[in-house]
Amino acid sequence: MNENLMHNGYLSGSKLERVLRAGHFAVTGELGPPQSADGDEIRKKAKILKGVCEAVNITDNQTAIVRMSSIGAGTIVVQEGLEPVIQMTCRDRNRLAIQSDLLGAYALGMRNLLCLTGDHQTFGNHPDSKNVFDVDSIQLIRMVSDMRDEHIFQCGDVFKGQEPRFFVGAAAAPFADPLEFRPYRLQKKVLAGADFIQTQLIYDLEAFKIFMEKVRRLGLHEKTYILAGVGPLKSPGMANYMKNNVPGILIPDEMIERMTKAGAPWAGKSKDELTKEDKKARSEAWRTEGIQICIELVQQLQEIEGVAGVHIMAIEWEEAVRPIVEGAGLYPRPEVKEVASD
Amino acid sequence: MIIAEQKPLDEIKNLVGNAHNVLVVGCGTCVTVCFAGGTREAAILAASLRMSSKLDGLEKSVHDVTVQRQCEWEYLDEIASQVKEADLIVSLGCGIGVQAMVEHFPDSWVVPGLNTSFLGLPTEQGVWMERCAACGDCILGLTGGICPIARCSKSLLNGPCGGSEDGHCEISPEVPCAWQLIYDRLSSQGKLDVLLELQSPKNWRTSRDGGPRKIVREDLRLAAEEE
Repeated sequence: MNENLMHNGYLSGSKLERVLRAGHFAVTGELGPPQSADGDEIRKKAKILKGVCEAVNITDNQTAIVRMSSIGAGTIVVQEGLEPVIQMTCRDRNRLAIQSDLLGAYALGMRNLLCLTGDHQTFGNHPDSKNVFDVDSIQLIRMVSDMRDEHIFQCGDVFKGQEPRFFVGAAAAPFADPLEFRPYRLQKKVLAGADFIQTQLIYDLEAFKIFMEKVRRLGLHEKTYILAGVGPLKSPGMANYMKNNVPGILIPDEMIERMTKAGAPWAGKSKDELTKEDKKARSEAWRTEGIQICIELVQQLQEIEGVAGVHIMAIEWEEAVRPIVEGAGLYPRPEVKEVASD
Repeated sequence: MIIAEQKPLDEIKNLVGNAHNVLVVGCGTCVTVCFAGGTREAAILAASLRMSSKLDGLEKSVHDVTVQRQCEWEYLDEIASQVKEADLIVSLGCGIGVQAMVEHFPDSWVVPGLNTSFLGLPTEQGVWMERCAACGDCILGLTGGICPIARCSKSLLNGPCGGSEDGHCEISPEVPCAWQLIYDRLSSQGKLDVLLELQSPKNWRTSRDGGPRKIVREDLRLAAEEE
C-alpha cells in the first residue's frame, strides 16, 4: 500500500478509503449523468443510492456519448451528501486539461478518482470527432499520484499550495485479451500508483477465481484494494447481448438459462399475444431473478481472498442496488469516523 | 510508402468547374505503386473528365502527363510548358505532390485528385494497411517492431485496453489489436519482460503537435555551399 499518508493516516480521507482501510467489505455503485443539463436527474439518483454504498462512480461520457460532465454531476452528488468517484478518461482531454479539471474537482470536494483509457469515440454519438489519448490510463494514474505524493505536475514542475489528494482507482478487465497479460497489466497499474481497482463485470466466478489466484501470486491484493464488478441482469436478451458483444464479459450458460426460466410462464407466446401487463410481469420476474443472481455473486465474491469489495453497476436501474446490498447481508453499511483533512 | 486513393469523380468534376484546358498530372512513385495516381490512373481520369464534359455539353480539353516524382521540384521542370498552357491542374500526387506543384508553379491553379490516406504497405493484392504515424520519435525498439502509435486505435503505450478481443480492436473486427500483435511477437521472442516496464507519457513535440515540422542538416548545407 502507498504510505504517503496525511497526518490523519489517509491518502485522501474519502469514505471509500476509510471503509477499505478499516477492513470492511466495501460497496460502490454507479450513477450515470443525463444527456441533458438537468441536475434533478442526479439528485434523484443520488437519493436512491445514498446510504447503500460508500461511493458512486460518475461516468465520463460513457460509451463516448455526450452527457453531463463527471465533475459537474459529482459536485451535485457531493451536495447531496453522497461520495462520488470521478471517472476520467484519456479520450477527451490532454494532460493539461486533465490536471486542471482535477484541481477543480478536488476544490469542489471530490476525493475519489477512477482513471480509465475510455471507449473509442466511434462507439458514441460523435464518431466524427478527434480523440486525444495524449496519456494512457497507466500514465494518468502516475500523473495524479505524483500530483498528490510528489507535489508535481506531469511536466515535473513543483507546485505550491494545496495538492489534489485523490484516492486513485483504476479498472481491470480480467477476461479481455491477451488473457495471460491481464494480471500483469493490473500489476502495472498498481506500480503506477492505483490505490484501488474496480473490475469489469464478473459473472463467471470460476474464471475470476483463476484470475485472482494469479493476482495473489503477484501479491497485488496486498498492494491495492480490489473491488469486483457486478451488475444485475435485466433479461436473458441483455445477458446474451453482453456475452456476445461486449469484450471481456463472460456469462456462463447456466446463468442465462436461469434468466430464461424466470420468464417461462410467458414463454412460447408471440409478441402480439402478450398484453402490456404480461410484459410488465415478465420483466418483473426477470429482474427479480437478475437481482437474486447478483446477490449470490456478491456473497461468493466475499469468499475470494483478495477481494476487498464490490462495485455494483446497475446502470439506469439504481433501485436495484439496495436489494442487492441487503440481500447479500451487507446492509447497513459500516459507520466510519470522519477525519479532519490533515 | 504513402498510400492514397482517388477522390470520387463527381468531387473532382466540382473542383475542375468551368476550367477548359485541364492537365492531369500523375506521379511515378508511391501513388503509382498503390494504383491511385500513376500513368494509367492519370490517363483514365483524363479520359473520364473528357467524356463527362462531352456528355455535359461543354467539351473540355483534358491532357495527362506523369512525372517521376511530384514531390521534388527538379522533376517538375520538365512539364513546365504543359502546366503553363493549362487553366487548371488536377494533381494525382499525394498531398505533398499537390503542394510541390503549387510552390513550383505559383501562377497555376492546382486541385487534388487524391485523398492521401496514410503511410503503409500492401498486405495482400488490393489491400493496404497503415504502419507509421510519422510521430518523429520511433519506439519500435520497445514494441517488437509493431507500432502502437499508428496501429492501436488509442495510441496506447502501456499495453492493451479492455477492448481487445480475439485479436481484434474494439472499434471493428476488421482491425487487428496492435497490442495483441505486440504481445504475440514479444512472447515468441522471449521478451515479454519489456511489457512490464512503465512507459512515461510520450513527448508529442516531434509529432504534429509541436507544429509543422522541419529538418535542417547543416552538414549537407555546408557541402552544397562548398560545391
